Amino acid sequence: MIPVIEVAGLWTQFGDHVVHKDLNLTVMPGEVVSLVGGSGSGKTTLMRQILGLEQPARGSVKVFGIPLQGSSVQLVQKIRKRWGVLFQEGALYSALSVFDNIALPLRELRAFDEDFVRDMVMLKLDMVDIERRHASKMPADLSGGMIKRIALARALVLEPELVFLDEPTAGLDPDRSESFVTLIRSLHEKLNLTVVMVTHDLDTLVSLSDKIAVLAEQKLIVYGSLREAISVKHPFIVNFFLGERGLRALSAVGALEKNRDRTTGNEGR
Amino acid sequence: MQQASAPAVLDPEVTQSRAANGAPAAALSGAWDIRALESRARSLKSQLKQLAADPGRHWDLSRIQRLDHIGALLIWQAWGKRRPADLALAHGHEVFFSNLDSAAAAVPAAPFDALRLVRALGAVMLIAGEHLRGIVQLIGQILIDSFVLLRHPLHGPWREISASVYRVGTQALGITALVGFLIGVVLSYLSAEQLKAFGANIFIINLLGMGIVRELGPVIAAVLVAGRSGSAITAQLGVMRVTEELDALTVMGIPHTVRLILPKIVALAIAMPLLILWTSGIALIGGALAANTQLGISVHSFFSGLPDAVPGVNLWLAMGKGIVFGGLIALVACHFGLRVQPNTESLGIGTTNSVVTSITAVIIADAVFAVIFSDVGISLS
Repeated sequence: MIPVIEVAGLWTQFGDHVVHKDLNLTVMPGEVVSLVGGSGSGKTTLMRQILGLEQPARGSVKVFGIPLQGSSVQLVQKIRKRWGVLFQEGALYSALSVFDNIALPLRELRAFDEDFVRDMVMLKLDMVDIERRHASKMPADLSGGMIKRIALARALVLEPELVFLDEPTAGLDPDRSESFVTLIRSLHEKLNLTVVMVTHDLDTLVSLSDKIAVLAEQKLIVYGSLREAISVKHPFIVNFFLGERGLRALSAVGALEKNRDRTTGNEGR
Repeated sequence: MQQASAPAVLDPEVTQSRAANGAPAAALSGAWDIRALESRARSLKSQLKQLAADPGRHWDLSRIQRLDHIGALLIWQAWGKRRPADLALAHGHEVFFSNLDSAAAAVPAAPFDALRLVRALGAVMLIAGEHLRGIVQLIGQILIDSFVLLRHPLHGPWREISASVYRVGTQALGITALVGFLIGVVLSYLSAEQLKAFGANIFIINLLGMGIVRELGPVIAAVLVAGRSGSAITAQLGVMRVTEELDALTVMGIPHTVRLILPKIVALAIAMPLLILWTSGIALIGGALAANTQLGISVHSFFSGLPDAVPGVNLWLAMGKGIVFGGLIALVACHFGLRVQPNTESLGIGTTNSVVTSITAVIIADAVFAVIFSDVGISLS
C-alpha cells in the first residue's frame, strides 16, 4: 500500500529559528493520526506544509505518492480535490449562505446539474446533523459548533480520501465536542477516511487517534499508539498525558492499566 | 476506495442484458466514485435514465468496484429518486443508499410575496430612519462627552487627537497637493481659451481665485479626505467590532465615544481647514503657472491681483466649510464603523456606504453654504 502522506527529511526555518529538523512522518491509508506538541512546536506549520500552503526549507512532502514540490500545477490541483480540510475557525465563506458554501466545491467541478448539487448538499447536511432550515442562513448567524459541522460537511462534499482537522473541538462546549468526536469517528468508519488532526484536547485525542505523533525538540519524539506514547519519559509527554488532566482522560478509556506503576512514580516527582 | 492508484479499477460502465426469467436487466460495473464520474456524469446519468424508464428492470450493482455518495446519488437520481424493486447491491455498498430517501425532501421554498416591492420600499425607509436616529444619538453622546471633557480637561484624549491630526492631516498633504495642483492647471487651461476669445485675459485671476478658494479647494480636499480617512476610520472601527475590541473597551468602563470617536471628529475638524488652505494654495500656484504659459500673465502679477479679486472673507468661509466638512466626514465614518456587524462582508459594505454617504453629505453641506452665504464675499469690481 502506498502511504497517504510521506514527509521525509523536512526542515523548517524562520530566520535563525529552526522549527523542524530532519522530520519524518508516514501516514498509511485508514489511519487516524493526531499531531500534538507544545505551543510553537510547529504542529500547525507541519500541517500547512503537508497541505502545500507553506514551503519547507528542505525535505519533501508526498501526498498519495505524489510530491507536492516540483509537481505540475494540474497534478497538485488533482491532489487538492482528494483531500478535505477543516480549518480551526471553519473558514466558511462569509459572503455565501450555508447551502452555497457546501455546494461551492461541487459546482466548481461543473460536472453535475443543480438538482444533483441540491440533493448532495442536503445529504451532507444530514450527515453532520444540521437541520435543513439552516441551509439558507449566513455563516455570521450561526454558532461556533454549527460552523464547525458545516465546515466539515464542506470538507467532505467531494468524498475526500484524506481529511485534515485543525483543532476540531477547540471552542466547543464539552457536550458538543463529544458529539463532534462521535461524528468524526462514525464518518471515519463509514467512509474509511484517513484523518490527520492537530489537537490540544486530550479527550478528542484519546478517543479518536490510532496513532499519536508528538512534536518536540524540532522532531517527532514519538510516533505510535497511545500506549507507546505515554511510555516515553519526556518532560512534554509527562506533563501533557500524565498530568492531572491527562490521567483523567486516559483512565476514562482504560489505556492506563499497564502503566499504572510508572505514572504513580511520575506523580511523586 | 483507498487504493486510488491501483491499476485494476475500471471505468464506470453500464451493460444491458436479460435476466434469467426474460425480464430486462442492467448491470453496472467499474468505479462509480467522484474521480471516475467527474468527467462523464451527465452522459452516464442520461443513459441510466433511459434504462430506468422500464419499471420492471432488474438492476445488478454488485459488480461495482468503488462507490461513494456521489455515485450512489447519481444512480438514485436516475432511478427517479426511489429504489427499484429489483436491486442487487454489493456487500458494504448498502450504506451509500441508506439515507438517500431523506435527502429527497426538498428545501421549503420561500412563499410568493405579492407586496415584495412595497415591503422593500418600507424596509429602505426604516433603515434610513434608523441611520438618522443613530447619527443623532451619536451627536448627542459626543456633545455630552464634550461637556464632561470641558470640566475635566486633563482627562481628555489629547494624545489620540494629536495622533489623528497627524494621520488625517499631515499624511494627506502629498495627495491633496498633487490633486490640487493638477486641478488648478486644468481649470486655468480651460478658462484661458474662453477668456482669450473675449480679450478678458486679466479675469483669469477672478475666475480661478473665487472658484478655487470658495468652492473647489474645500470640496476637493473634503472628497479626498472622505475617500482616504473616512474609509480608514470606518474600517478601523469595523475591525474593532469584528474582533470584539469595542466590547472590551466598554466592559473596562472606557467609553469608546471619548477614546475613539471624539478624537477623530476633533482631529478632522482641526485638520480639514488647514488641508483646504493647503489644497487651495497649491491649486492657485498650478493655475498661476498655467496662466503664465497660456495668457502671459506673470506669476507675480497673478498673486498681487488676487487680494483685490478675492475678498478675504472668502478664506474664512472656506475655513468654516472645512470645520463642518471635517466633522461631517468623521461623524459619518464613525457611525458606519459602529454599525458594522461581526462579519467580513458587512465590513466591506459598511466602508463603501461610509465613503459614498460622507461625500454626498459634504456636497449637500456645500450647497447649503452656497445658499446661505450667497451675498457674502462676492465683489463685482
